[in-house]
Amino acid sequence: MFGFGILSGLLILPLVGAAFILTLRGDSEAARSNARWAALATTIATFLLSLVAWARFDTATSAFQLVESHVWLTETIRFKLGVDGFSMPLILLTTFLMPFCILASWESIGHRVKEYFVAFLVLETTMIGVFCALDLVLFYLFFEAGLIPMFLIIGIWGGKRRIYASFKFFLYTLLGSVLMLLAIMAMYWQAGTTDIPTLLAFNFASNLQTWLWLAFFASFAVKMPMWPVHTWLPDAHVEAPTAGSVILAGVLLKMGGYGFIRVSLPMFPEASEYFAPLVFALSVIAIVYTSLVALMQEDIKKLIAYSSVAHMGFVTMGLFSMNEQGIQGAMFTMISHGLISGALFLCVGVIYDRMHTREIKAYGGLVNRMPMYAVVFLILTMANVALPGTSGFVGEFLTLMGAFRSNTWVAFFATTGVILSAAYALWLYRRVVYGELDKPALQTITDLNRREIITFAPLILLIIYYGVQPGPILDVFAAPTETLLNNVQAALATVKTAAVAAH
Amino acid sequence: MNPALTIPAFGPVLPEIILAAGALIMVLFGAIRGERPGYAMNIIALALLAVTFVAVLMLPSERIETMGGSFVIDGFAKFMKALTLIASAGGVILSLDYMRREGISRFEYPILIVLSTIGMMMVISANDLIALYIGLELLSLSSYVIAAFDRDNVRSTEAGLKYFVLGSLSSGMLLYGSSLVYGFSGSISFPVIATILQGDVGIGAIVGLVFVAAGIAFKISAVPFHMWTPDVYEGSPTPVTAFFAAAPKMAGMAMATRVFIDAFPGILIQWQQIIVFISIASMALGSFAAIGQRNIKRLMAYSSIGNVGYALIGLATGTAAGVQGVIVYMAIYLAMTLGTFAVILGLRRGNVMYETVDDLSGMARTHPVLAFCLAMMMFSLAGIPPLAGFFAKFAVFNAAIEADLVALAIIGVVTSVIGAYYYLRIVKVMYFDDPAERYDAMPAGVKFVLALCSIFVVLFGIVPAPLVAAARTAAISLF
Repeated sequence: MFGFGILSGLLILPLVGAAFILTLRGDSEAARSNARWAALATTIATFLLSLVAWARFDTATSAFQLVESHVWLTETIRFKLGVDGFSMPLILLTTFLMPFCILASWESIGHRVKEYFVAFLVLETTMIGVFCALDLVLFYLFFEAGLIPMFLIIGIWGGKRRIYASFKFFLYTLLGSVLMLLAIMAMYWQAGTTDIPTLLAFNFASNLQTWLWLAFFASFAVKMPMWPVHTWLPDAHVEAPTAGSVILAGVLLKMGGYGFIRVSLPMFPEASEYFAPLVFALSVIAIVYTSLVALMQEDIKKLIAYSSVAHMGFVTMGLFSMNEQGIQGAMFTMISHGLISGALFLCVGVIYDRMHTREIKAYGGLVNRMPMYAVVFLILTMANVALPGTSGFVGEFLTLMGAFRSNTWVAFFATTGVILSAAYALWLYRRVVYGELDKPALQTITDLNRREIITFAPLILLIIYYGVQPGPILDVFAAPTETLLNNVQAALATVKTAAVAAH
Repeated sequence: MNPALTIPAFGPVLPEIILAAGALIMVLFGAIRGERPGYAMNIIALALLAVTFVAVLMLPSERIETMGGSFVIDGFAKFMKALTLIASAGGVILSLDYMRREGISRFEYPILIVLSTIGMMMVISANDLIALYIGLELLSLSSYVIAAFDRDNVRSTEAGLKYFVLGSLSSGMLLYGSSLVYGFSGSISFPVIATILQGDVGIGAIVGLVFVAAGIAFKISAVPFHMWTPDVYEGSPTPVTAFFAAAPKMAGMAMATRVFIDAFPGILIQWQQIIVFISIASMALGSFAAIGQRNIKRLMAYSSIGNVGYALIGLATGTAAGVQGVIVYMAIYLAMTLGTFAVILGLRRGNVMYETVDDLSGMARTHPVLAFCLAMMMFSLAGIPPLAGFFAKFAVFNAAIEADLVALAIIGVVTSVIGAYYYLRIVKVMYFDDPAERYDAMPAGVKFVLALCSIFVVLFGIVPAPLVAAARTAAISLF
């Protein structure tokens, strides 16, 4: 319609839902209930629409599909959308997780319900926008726009230190991103356009690549987050409401990885190769150091937050190993971590809603009163540890294999992270679920209710399904990974020939 | 034929003539009618501004010099005049209810706004140093009076006096600089100065340039000549502050652009460093000094200092893309500043106006729409996409990168992050803190301005092309 395609539909649909919720009058229980159902209906409709997009998507090719382009800022800075094998799964992940976020907020959000769902729906639009933007300015626009709803979500519905956490989240991310904006402008004046497909084919001068790479790195490393700029994440996670943590861990962290694979690797291959050791070092430090930090946490959410940083370390390590296993493994880890960490935060949400504390010490022996919960939490813990048979294993194994081919020592140190992750995750499980149920407050705690079972069932099924059957996802990455690697190798080969010729 | 005897073409000056004649009629009408309640004078002023706006839009777009070469119109002048007129109209509309309630509703106010608008339009179209100075004085003298318009209020009279003393000083500096430039180039006409001052000019001309720059920096409240701004903004009646933050800023930036691009293109290298310095200093001071402010009007004063710094980035490039950036920036800044002041004017309970940041506490619950609008203005001022302010910053930074002013751009974005802190603080107070009492219902005029500004700020990102393209055309007309 009017030349707008299915991807525009994905962007507009949540906004329509948000607009509808805004028109609801009053703050009565009926209005709140309407807001909840409207939000749920919108996110499910968006998910279904993304499935339609998925059905029309051809996994055999690495070209951008479902492309649409409209006049926007200037002739060369256009409103251009499209997806390829890297972005399509992330869009599906986003639209898939959203209904669960709405469900998780069903009862736990008691005040300013309408605003909450509006913020979430707007956030969904910006997340989908990041993954389907085919113009760097548009990409930046969505990348940053997500800060506004997330700032409000943490600041209004967060925990005790919500204000500190929201400011830290906002300013940290903003500082990283503005440098990326300048790099985008520099690319614009070099190539005359910010069209991503055109830029993918454009060769930037080596010297310039270094600077551009660093500017983008500043933004993506903060968003990812990589050590040592990860400190905003634990604060944001701890203070955010459950659904906010789910989206933060499930989708927002993936924007950094997606940025690396969409911009840094293909557009600045020389700089990527040059800086790969730096990324390796930071990744390994992240994996080992944050795993150790996670061991000592007393707050469940903070522990999972640090474990997210460690897992993102595997992603960056895989991406910059620049071989097939590494990149596909990194992409797979992102999807699988989106499901697992999202589900883990939902798990924390379940007991937080009942006890209103996230202190590990406040729990113990939950298995006695909550057997079903214990099973769910166990499966998710195992997935987080990357037990074979869960999707976590596939991603971690592939990234380690990729790293091994690229640099054995990196793989060696990263593997210690696997052991550490088992240590902190299992220890957490033991302290929360096993033991005697001797805390008086826990005596009346109830097991999962129907809404919660509905929330966890699909997530766990997918985590196990993709652990046994990773093929469907890996096939989607295959074509774009091959093209990416071919282009990178070709670019590096040209440079090497030129260097040899110069001697 | 003796050139002195030719009758100049009046067509290009028509908007100014309409305004000037209208202002005189208003004086007569006001004197005959005397002090009577009602908005008759304001409505006449608005009608006058609207007619002038149409007259400006109907001007031809190509460059025409008239009045013996001292008056020029081109696409740039047209665009900036249109902005100025909108800003002045905003100043009148915002004042309607306020002046009546504060009991200072005198018929001179709209007249003074119109007179100062004539000055602004004169400044925008000035093509020689004398015309520039005359326009500037007309603009300034009217401004001094309306700053002190609440004449029984100590703070307002103090603001007027401060503005007057410091403004006169800056006018003196501008005049001194002009005389030096005239002395070393032999002409007051911008095009002639441009042809004479090329390449390596003497120290005298440079000193003149510096004084001209200082005078201009005073008028646009750029650091280090910003000291009057916070006091004047805080002391003046709020609608007057809104007017000061909007209209004279448009004219001032247009004047700066006109002078540097038209008169001194040959010594770009000399004035570029001046502009780069005051730009950096303004951005930094605007960001840091605003953090500690409790009074919103004062905070907006520092914000406007910072914003001038960003707009000056565009000017510092000296390129068409840079001037385009200045135009886009000022157009969007106009909407943001008028919208913000509209909200500030809504903070009234009975006869008391509230002006501190803490008075905004919990507004998201007592006044959700108002709070949403102000939050959008704040995010926009902080330059967060997809709001209009992002596109403003994009335009100037993009120009800076093109002109290889990378250091300036990096400092600019870093200060914008620091500035984001205090804009966020306002959002925080409104959204995260506990609600206070409700405020009175907003007057219709203020609501109207706020609605227009909010729609512009929020939805600009969907169709940015028309403004950007128009700014491009206007900018190219200068080169």
